[in-house]
Amino acid sequence: MLMPHPLLGLRDAREFSYLGDARLLDRPDPNAPDAEAAFCDYVFLRDNPAGVHRELWFHEQGDRSWLVVTRDTVTHEVLGAELARDVALARKGSGA
Amino acid sequence: MTRLSGGLIDRSQALSFTFDGKRYEGLSGDTLASALLANDVRLMGRSFKYHRPRGVLSAGSEEPNALVELRSGAWQEPNTRATVVELFDGLEARSQNRWPSLGFDALAVNDLLAPFLTAGFYYKTFMWPKGFWEKLYEPAIRKAAGLGSLSMQPDPDAYDRGYLHCDLLVIGGGGAGLAAALTAARSGARVILADEDFRLGGRLLRETDTLDEVHASEWISAMEAEFESLPSVRIMRRTTVFGVYDHGIYGAVEQVSDHLPQPGDQVRQTLWRITAKRAVLAAGAIERPIAFADNDRPGIMLAGAMRSYANRWAVCPSETVAVFTNNDDGHRTARDLAAKGIQIAAVIDVRPEAKARGDYRLIAEGMVTGSRGRLGLTAIEVQADGKSEWINCGALGVSGGWNPNVHLASHHRGRPIWSDDLQAFLPGEGGPSGLLPAGATTGCFSTAAALRSGAETARRALQEIGVAARLPELPRAEEEGYKIAPIFHVQGRRRAWVDFQNDVTVKDIKLAHTENMRPVEHLKRYTTLGMATDQGKTANVTGLAVMAELTGRTIPETGTTIFRPPYAPVALSVLGGGDTGPHFRPRRLTPTHYWAEARGAVFVEAGQWMRAQYFPLAGETHWRQSVDREAMAARSGLGLCDVTTLGKIDVQGPHAGEFLNRLYSNMMATLKVGRIRYGLMLREDGFAYDDGTCARLAEDHYVVTTTTANAGLVFRNMEFARQCLWPELDVQLISTTDAWAQIAVAGPKSRALLARIVDGFDLSNEAFPFMACAALTVSGGLRARLFRISFSGELAYEIAVAARYGHALMERLMELGADLGATPYGTEALGVLRIEKGHAAGAELNGQTTANMLGFGSMVSQKKDSIGAVMSRREGLASDRHRLVGLQPVDPAGKVVSGSHLFAEDAPHSFDTDQGWITSACYSPHQGSMIGLGFLDKGDERLGEVIVAANPLEGESARLRVVPAHFVDPEGVRLRE
Repeated sequence: MLMPHPLLGLRDAREFSYLGDARLLDRPDPNAPDAEAAFCDYVFLRDNPAGVHRELWFHEQGDRSWLVVTRDTVTHEVLGAELARDVALARKGSGA
Repeated sequence: MTRLSGGLIDRSQALSFTFDGKRYEGLSGDTLASALLANDVRLMGRSFKYHRPRGVLSAGSEEPNALVELRSGAWQEPNTRATVVELFDGLEARSQNRWPSLGFDALAVNDLLAPFLTAGFYYKTFMWPKGFWEKLYEPAIRKAAGLGSLSMQPDPDAYDRGYLHCDLLVIGGGGAGLAAALTAARSGARVILADEDFRLGGRLLRETDTLDEVHASEWISAMEAEFESLPSVRIMRRTTVFGVYDHGIYGAVEQVSDHLPQPGDQVRQTLWRITAKRAVLAAGAIERPIAFADNDRPGIMLAGAMRSYANRWAVCPSETVAVFTNNDDGHRTARDLAAKGIQIAAVIDVRPEAKARGDYRLIAEGMVTGSRGRLGLTAIEVQADGKSEWINCGALGVSGGWNPNVHLASHHRGRPIWSDDLQAFLPGEGGPSGLLPAGATTGCFSTAAALRSGAETARRALQEIGVAARLPELPRAEEEGYKIAPIFHVQGRRRAWVDFQNDVTVKDIKLAHTENMRPVEHLKRYTTLGMATDQGKTANVTGLAVMAELTGRTIPETGTTIFRPPYAPVALSVLGGGDTGPHFRPRRLTPTHYWAEARGAVFVEAGQWMRAQYFPLAGETHWRQSVDREAMAARSGLGLCDVTTLGKIDVQGPHAGEFLNRLYSNMMATLKVGRIRYGLMLREDGFAYDDGTCARLAEDHYVVTTTTANAGLVFRNMEFARQCLWPELDVQLISTTDAWAQIAVAGPKSRALLARIVDGFDLSNEAFPFMACAALTVSGGLRARLFRISFSGELAYEIAVAARYGHALMERLMELGADLGATPYGTEALGVLRIEKGHAAGAELNGQTTANMLGFGSMVSQKKDSIGAVMSRREGLASDRHRLVGLQPVDPAGKVVSGSHLFAEDAPHSFDTDQGWITSACYSPHQGSMIGLGFLDKGDERLGEVIVAANPLEGESARLRVVPAHFVDPEGVRLRE
């Protein structure tokens, strides 16, 4: 597979380590009253869709960027890749 | 027999080879199969199950029958298809799956037992007694139904791996492939043309048709000359593209030196990973036989293969041949063979409207219904007009039609589609994107159509990537039609083979139907149809057609099984490439590796690292002697140990403290500059993850350490936290594990030694106390970092210098410390020292323990959030009452074994009464007995109690006393002195 790295262009997928569902960006508020239940979901529950999925890849043998890659898990078509840092900052900025 | 006229062989170059020990001669340009046929050898193997005599069926990589063993000794290679083995001088080949000889095979008795050996027989027959399957039946069946054998020696050859990139990959070097490559080459695109054969041309080499009135080989030579003049074109002969992977990546194996007597300094094969923007699949078509009674005798082969042998290699298995066909192509074989002087006994065509294409006897609307000849064909039985006759012939060419080679186009779950006109599957939808089929693969069976298709497909592929290509002028070529009747097998009572390699007959398919194994995937697995090394290339469509007939459904309704890589067998060795033995994975050497090696150190693998395990001295005969000495030296005097392998991560930035606060369970932002704090990391699920030290070198600069094993993972998690969780923090990370050599200097005399090396630095306890750190220089200006930390429990330091000075620093320390008794110690003594001190390591931080269990519960700060803090408080984790304790045998000679489980004295040893387990154990020279660390239920409240450690694996148990985990200096006085 080839990954369209937003800074480096197409890179071989073997340079990356895979983590999984990009929802891991949304770490729950540790001070919320239901924090324990929210963390339980965050740590243990993942979606595993057949189809378009947003997931985290780490360019470990490269520039050490964490990427949010949008991939169709059925066809392996990669629909896009963003720097996870940009995605996380945008979410924090929007208060989401 | 003598060679026929013509052929693409070099008659001036004779090559000597042996088959089953007998010497023969072939010619340069031969395959093993053509050379054997030239020497009248028709019998080349025995079938898999029934041990039936078999000859060659095909002239290509689809061959199911002629599997042979090549070479000898460690170079022995089983299951090689004689049809693709390029002959070389001195080649040794042997037949397989026969005993005592190919001509007389004792296990041919299986053929008489055939009624008991039908599809799935082993599931039905060998059911009882239950245990016999694994111990008796399966090994016996495997031995009887075998292929070739392995040498059982390590592979002596070298292999390589390579990476290629191109605009257009052309798979197949026949007419369509050459036309595609030509079109692309002239456009300036980067082209790779790969073909499995040692000679480009594909089917063009096997026909007599001319291109522009000259023999096709002349046109091919002109193409090759043009390609070789262009730097943008790479021709890869002997290269099989075996699979299509995601995003335009193709796997290919090049047989670099398989055709040479000795590989010399070359590798045997290379695994290529080709990244192509587009690919043209010009893989041609594969002929299929018609199944009829006893259709597997040596001498019965595919009609197209028979024509190939005559035209390309100038050989024919017999001087009298017959042809059995359901389509026009079979007549071409009769025509070409007749032109070479072969006697055509008859052409039997199933079609009533069939017309002869030469001066030979045509039997229209006829069927071949039987054959004779024990080790080779002597006669065939033909039925026509309600009459039956026997026709003498030494060979029979059979054509059941041509199957476009849809294999690669059907990877990625592409589904081929059925063509009624061609009675064959064509590449369908859903296959790999970027792969465009052309030529015979798309059903363009005439030469002219294939050439056009190749050129047009290449132009289309290039257009998709923005390259304009013009269609080249193509040579004039034959453009004959192809008509076929849908006949796949001849009815009859005797066995008619469908899958030759796995001995699957029409009867087996009928049985599968009767027993309701009707879906194709069930049919395949029940009868093993298409599951041999040839993957049913000549068998599958016929098998589907028979099942379709039985179920009354059409062939497309019956469907095909899934196509998967590899297209043709690939040796595991080439997939491994050069990654064998010490090259299996990278080896990391510490900066003092060669120093340690020179001192005779014994090394141990720690992940990728090679670490000194212990340093035996003359006269030490057991590792314990060395380890005890090294540990005692560190306790009583001075020990030196390379600890470079611990992960070292530099954390810098205005928010470094806050960042580490969120990573470690304890407070790090409050750490004073010049000080070090022990840190415990949790996983987000609340379990303990890793530990290490955080040293604050400046307000905005920390250096943290990780365990050796987790160095990479912790760094990955820290990057995750920095980029994904808290991108708003201004902090930067870099791993400096390899940049700094770090040496532990441990023992009461460590300060005295360091005082001799530092450049005017005050090492007094007041100026540089326990848990202090500093940047300084040593040995007259060498930049260094000094940390006063102790893994051993003694007064100790760790000193770091740039990695390239690690070796020299160790030498200097040993030299300056000689009078202080400086003793190098390895990982074993390091382990002893840390167990004696009660420090947790990998065995205690195994992902199943909590901060509470480690006795660090109070370290998890309640004042701040950190990774894992919320989950560490959840029910189940917080309530776990196992605590880390020390364990000492009541009998000083008693054993402590890690992995043992702990029980109250007199309690039964069961899951319900289990109170904990031992994580680490060693002999402690300090204590003079074995000691251990373990987790014991309410262990912190049970000091002094005697418990039992059970080791049921060895049927042993021992009485142990529960003691504090610190066996040495529990008050921590020594390390603070």
